[in-house]
Amino acid sequence: MLSHLPILPVLLPLLGAPICALLRKPVAAWLFACTVALLTFAAAIALLAQTWQQGVLSYALGGWAAPWGIEYRIDLLNGLVLTLVSGMASAVLLGGRASIWRETPEEKRSLFLVAFLLCLAGLQGIAATGDAFNLFVFLEISSLSTYALVATGRDRRALVAAYNYLIMGTIGATFILIGIGFIYMLTGTLNMMDLAQRLPALTESRTAFAGFVFIIVGVCLKLALFPLHLWLPGAYTHASSMVTVFLAATATKVALYVLIRFSFSVFRLEFSTLALPLETVFLTLGIVAVFAGSLVAIYQPDLKRGLAYSSVAQIGYMVIGVGVGTVIGLQAALVHLFNHALMKGALFMALAAVVYRVGDGKFSSLRGIGREMPLTCACMLLGGLSLIGVPGTAGFISKWYLVVAVADREQWVLVALILAGSLLTAVYIWRLVETVYLGVPGPRQVPDSPAGRAEAPPGLLAVSVVLALANVYFGFDTRLPVEAASGAAESLFAAGQP
Amino acid sequence: MAGGNLLLASLAVAPVAIAGILCLRNRPNAREAVSIGASLLLLGISVAVYRALQAGDSPQWHSGELLPGLRIALSVEPLGALFALVASFLWLVTVVYAVGYMRGHNEQHQARFYAFFALSIGCVMGVAFAANLFTLFLFYELLSLSTWPLVVHAGTDEARHGGRVYLGILLTTSILFFLPAIILTWWTSGTLAFTPGGVFPPDVSPLLLSVLLLLFVFGVGKAAIMPFHRWLPAAMVAPTPVSALLHAVAVVKAGVFSVVKIGVYIFGLDQLAAVDSRDWLLYLAGFTLLAASIVALRQDNLKARLAYSTVSQLAYITLGVLLAVPDGVVGSGMHIAMHAFGKITLFFCAGAILVATHKTRVSQLGGLGRQMPFTMGAFLVASLCIVGLPPTGGTWSKWYLMLGTLDAGAWPLAFALILSSLLSIVYLTMIPVRAFSTFEGDAAAVEEGGIREAPLACCLAIGVTGAGCIALFFFPQPLYELVAGVPLWGRR
Repeated sequence: MLSHLPILPVLLPLLGAPICALLRKPVAAWLFACTVALLTFAAAIALLAQTWQQGVLSYALGGWAAPWGIEYRIDLLNGLVLTLVSGMASAVLLGGRASIWRETPEEKRSLFLVAFLLCLAGLQGIAATGDAFNLFVFLEISSLSTYALVATGRDRRALVAAYNYLIMGTIGATFILIGIGFIYMLTGTLNMMDLAQRLPALTESRTAFAGFVFIIVGVCLKLALFPLHLWLPGAYTHASSMVTVFLAATATKVALYVLIRFSFSVFRLEFSTLALPLETVFLTLGIVAVFAGSLVAIYQPDLKRGLAYSSVAQIGYMVIGVGVGTVIGLQAALVHLFNHALMKGALFMALAAVVYRVGDGKFSSLRGIGREMPLTCACMLLGGLSLIGVPGTAGFISKWYLVVAVADREQWVLVALILAGSLLTAVYIWRLVETVYLGVPGPRQVPDSPAGRAEAPPGLLAVSVVLALANVYFGFDTRLPVEAASGAAESLFAAGQP
Repeated sequence: MAGGNLLLASLAVAPVAIAGILCLRNRPNAREAVSIGASLLLLGISVAVYRALQAGDSPQWHSGELLPGLRIALSVEPLGALFALVASFLWLVTVVYAVGYMRGHNEQHQARFYAFFALSIGCVMGVAFAANLFTLFLFYELLSLSTWPLVVHAGTDEARHGGRVYLGILLTTSILFFLPAIILTWWTSGTLAFTPGGVFPPDVSPLLLSVLLLLFVFGVGKAAIMPFHRWLPAAMVAPTPVSALLHAVAVVKAGVFSVVKIGVYIFGLDQLAAVDSRDWLLYLAGFTLLAASIVALRQDNLKARLAYSTVSQLAYITLGVLLAVPDGVVGSGMHIAMHAFGKITLFFCAGAILVATHKTRVSQLGGLGRQMPFTMGAFLVASLCIVGLPPTGGTWSKWYLMLGTLDAGAWPLAFALILSSLLSIVYLTMIPVRAFSTFEGDAAAVEEGGIREAPLACCLAIGVTGAGCIALFFFPQPLYELVAGVPLWGRR
């Protein structure tokens, strides 16, 4: 059993999804999905613990040896991503039932959970696999199920958002497929380790170059890196609340993982930096994303959309970390990958709780809600402070690493810009705080919402509180993200040396 | 180790008090008793810490590593002990005052008010006992955030606007200047610990040090060096006890305290004296203290006038440490305490006048001495303390600051100090003088009806701090010895 551990985080949700489809009663399906997610989470934690002690784990799928069969390769990097994704999935499923029930018609609830598990399986598969084509397959699984999930939003605009995402996502996936095809044509292998050994000899090859560019652009589309982010705000805004929580906390993180995997493990560092001015591109796009995302976020009348644009900005920070091109820069990106999942998880979860009460996430509906839902709003506040990077929260640790990484390269202008970016974050978070705590409540849209103090259902509230406290906890005890990130970053760089 | 627990206890008082206040939010008497009890406890802890320091003990505590080499660490040194003593004592007095004021003025949401008040003081303790820049920054930022609800307490548009300016300037300066300065310090010297004699290796480029000093002085927006002083008058929309404690003592003193600590323990006086940008900053501080005095002259709103007076006095303290001579540091350290006593008394008086007569403008106060003789008498004493005249404690701090400027050979600055003090006589001391005067117009402005002072709790607080101003004139030795004990030089 233990020797099969590396496959479990993928296999459990993948097999769980069809079984879930057979359970007609939504509550039964929900209980089953929760069990699957928790087991997946447990397997991922066990896997992370094992890689921590033993280093890289390799697993040959179906017993076929590596270059021919599909290899699952777990190191610290994907161990961390697997844990993060399955942990968020468990949190969303466990706590989000009330919200899912409220926002999905009864006959569709089971199917919603099926799509959710499939999405989880896809994301886990992307993270776990060591095979480039297998990665594409799981990318498609996660994407297709995500399109379906986004389309379940209550609003009819969710359909348009899902359609937009479908078009953009398909273009991205096609690019990735073309890229993988190119390098397969050139090297005759799809195994990432094999590719990593064969590609350095082909630095001069135009085909390898084209393949690399296709893959990077395709991944950046999935990552929603500015200016390829256009699908993201719509999808986040109109999807149902729990889908937004899950996507914001995981989907872009997995895309970032793929970006790092391809530009550091598969194509070694010298390829990524010599063949292309990738550092400059990433740094430039990253900082533009920070400013564009934040500035647009400030002017959104809808908090959900504002936070979606904030995600565009935060992705910019991560990409800057990657673009710095040093161990500590990569570490900054990975730490922020982890921390940002916590912040956005807390924010979107608390927002889901508020939406449950007031019907939508418009600022006009949020006025004065702090009186009625003090705990929920405190969670939102903590998430927001973490997003700004106030010391004592996880966000500060991210910011610290990122600034140290950039300062290490003596890029002072970039340091100033990064910090100015966090001021913009402060502006839109403070707009939220003022609305929530100082605003005068207007008439509520949902007629059955009781007056006076009334928190969201306990599940939503509990998960919000846990995520918000996690932001504080990981602001002080940083061992998990920092050590995993530094281990991962160092091994990626050690592997990248010729 | 027992000492370390003391430091932790000083941080723990606030959360415990907040829990008590929120649990008892519907029972005002019990709630205020919790506040007073907590402030007594905190004062006791501060005194115990001070005793430990006198006994040659140096209590310490640190957490595990947050980042490699970076911990939350607490320790005690003379400046911190001084700041903690002043802040915790004045918290006690202010809580007593606030009980009278908030009830007399029928303010809303009092439980929230006392809770955030306690939280702010907890942050101040963290600032006072911080053993490294990181810990200082942590509590510095938390202090900005936890005082925002107090500033916007009224919830009006005006309060909201004031809150925006307040937080906007404090956050902007700290994120844009203070944080990079800390990271740069770490990057160059490999440590953030407050070390006597400074942390920078001797071969650091002078340009970097110049930039760092600029970043630090402007980054500590709470020190209100121009042009980053606008938050102080903006924050005057807060209820008077908030203005009194936070904007005469806790917040602004956290600012100048940080500047002094950075000057003494991060740069070290030797290195500070050699930094090129220091000269420029010295004159900026000189400009600030003069300009703020001139602006104060033109303010008719009493609290706004006091706010600009604070800006001016803060610049004295910043200037004192930037002189980079021992007398300057002594003057700065003493002025932290003296100005705290003087300014808090002035704010208390302003609040008492508001509660008793609903007057907020200086021009309305002529002849008021007949109605509120006690309040205006205390106002007179406190204004002397700010100006620096006997028989008040301000005399000594101004004395040492003056000595410092002469020591450093900065004649123009000495002149600026004198000029600004003269101006403060005009804009502060003239207020009680007018109040007690018998000019025709002034006397007519006050309705008859004999003596009508503010509630007893308010008068009690005013009496205590006013007496403190005088006591510090006659017994300045403990204070002086404490500040003179600051380890100015490292091992040479």
